[in-house]
Amino acid sequence: MSATAAEVLTRSERPSRRRLHPSAAIGGTIVAAIVLLALVALFWTPYHATIPSDQVLAPMSGHHPFGTDEYGRDVLSRLMAGAKLTLYAGAISVLIAVAGGVPVGLAAAAARGSIVDDLLMRAVDLIYAFPALLAAIVLAAAVGASTTTAMLAIGIASIPVFARVTRAASLQVLGSEYVLAARAYRRSTLAILWRHVLPNIRALLIVQASLLYAIAILAEAGLSYLGLGTPPPAPTWGAMVQDAQQYLGRDPLLVFWPGIFIALAVLGFNLLGDGLRDLLDPRLREQR
Amino acid sequence: MTPRYFLRRLVTLVATLFAATLVVFSLLSVLPGSPAQVILGTQATPASVKALTQQLGLDHPLWRQYVHWLHGLLTLRLGHSYISQLPIGSQIGRSLAVTGPLIGFGLLVGIVIAVPFGVAAALFRRNAAGAAITSLSQVGIAVPNFIVGLLLILVFAVRLGWLDASGFTPWSQSVWAAFKSLVLPAIALGLVEGALLSRYVRSAVLDVLRSDYLRTARAKGLSRRQALVRHGFRNGAIPVVTVLGLEIPSLIIGAVVIENVFTLPGVGTLLLQAVSNRDLLVVQDVVMLVAVVVLVVNFLVDASYRLLDPRLR
Repeated sequence: MSATAAEVLTRSERPSRRRLHPSAAIGGTIVAAIVLLALVALFWTPYHATIPSDQVLAPMSGHHPFGTDEYGRDVLSRLMAGAKLTLYAGAISVLIAVAGGVPVGLAAAAARGSIVDDLLMRAVDLIYAFPALLAAIVLAAAVGASTTTAMLAIGIASIPVFARVTRAASLQVLGSEYVLAARAYRRSTLAILWRHVLPNIRALLIVQASLLYAIAILAEAGLSYLGLGTPPPAPTWGAMVQDAQQYLGRDPLLVFWPGIFIALAVLGFNLLGDGLRDLLDPRLREQR
Repeated sequence: MTPRYFLRRLVTLVATLFAATLVVFSLLSVLPGSPAQVILGTQATPASVKALTQQLGLDHPLWRQYVHWLHGLLTLRLGHSYISQLPIGSQIGRSLAVTGPLIGFGLLVGIVIAVPFGVAAALFRRNAAGAAITSLSQVGIAVPNFIVGLLLILVFAVRLGWLDASGFTPWSQSVWAAFKSLVLPAIALGLVEGALLSRYVRSAVLDVLRSDYLRTARAKGLSRRQALVRHGFRNGAIPVVTVLGLEIPSLIIGAVVIENVFTLPGVGTLLLQAVSNRDLLVVQDVVMLVAVVVLVVNFLVDASYRLLDPRLR
């Protein structure tokens, strides 16, 4: 199997610390701001996010800082409620990918070279043949599109990333001398995986999760844009773009506000992931 | 690569493809409700539903339906859609004439952007220009391609009126018009891929620049440029080729979204229409097509990877 994108990056992308600490800070700030927005939206939005009003396509004003959409719904309120939906869908997707990918990667590494390793990795290849959107389409065709199908599709489609990263990193740890020592003490494979391998690859996994969060947000936005995610009138950012598309000539900002929020969220998690990679992985620092 | 390795990979490929057909078929056959009922609508009599079910072969056991479908796939006789009655093969063919070139042009745009920017970002990594390119690529990755598409439509179709915002003129009617209707979509697709790809080009070039063999080449008297051309490119190409292959699925997926933005009658549009019409046979076939492409490209990348890197042979 060829190296995954993540492996290529972690192996070769060693940007200078000078650049990375600001990137963690900027990314962290953006992510914190969006999380805060979503938390506020749990309890309060300026207007109701899904109930129409008479003020159709109102421009930006003191009452409606970002204007209103074609049903007279306040765009700011919808963006805030959308942040909540986006973060939730992203988190569950990442959890599915971690819960599915990490055990597979560990098992494959522990069974290195055996038929188990081969079968597991071929299964991962099979999942890889169905990118998130394709999986979402199959699920939507089978049971109808919903938040659940979107999250499942993104999560399952991301299992290969985690499985391969986990396997590659675990193999490295398993080849180390302290693992050899642990084996000499007759520690079981399970104990070695738990006490030596997992703690050593934890940083890598956290970084990967942050980067995957960004990908999941982007994928969720794409799915809801295509109508394959949370059904209307839920204010997902992607669906807001789809709705506003027909007013592109008249009110372009209606399209670009949700677009900017998607881009900011993705940028935030990407920068955070890049920054964390440097902060959490001492090995990469020593190599500088 | 050794013939033995090649053969093993080929067997794995075929096995994976076979497993993929099983996954797709079983996911889509556990559906509640009968397709015949969907086709005939709620007003249909039970007798006519039964007759159509028989005519479609849906009264056979699942394994026979599966074998029938698989046989159709292998012989490329895909049959007719339950819903639209159109032959599926020619529908897919027509949509490929849109999506294929779209992906090709998109990839081209991506490479044209990624290579110069990636190389520049690596060479100028210590000054503002490199930092600017790197930040730009971060932003480029974060923007969804449909937003880029809509931005292009706003500027070049709505405001400037240079190109059409949507629709597609068939190649048979006018090659130039068909090409023109793919320009904005291909740029939208390629910009985002290019941003991503440029990061890999950058790190590949950085790896080459820091490598021992390049220092050796310089030490034996080659100029920086000679050393890069003679030793750098081939080594730097390996990770880039890998990533290029890994990008194919994301380009296909990107094309599905972009087709929706520009209302192009491509594979993505066909697939989404089939989903909303619950035209399951078409969904099955198109999903398999994409899976086959992804797996075969993956295989080819792996093969070319070994050709480029003698250490792996």
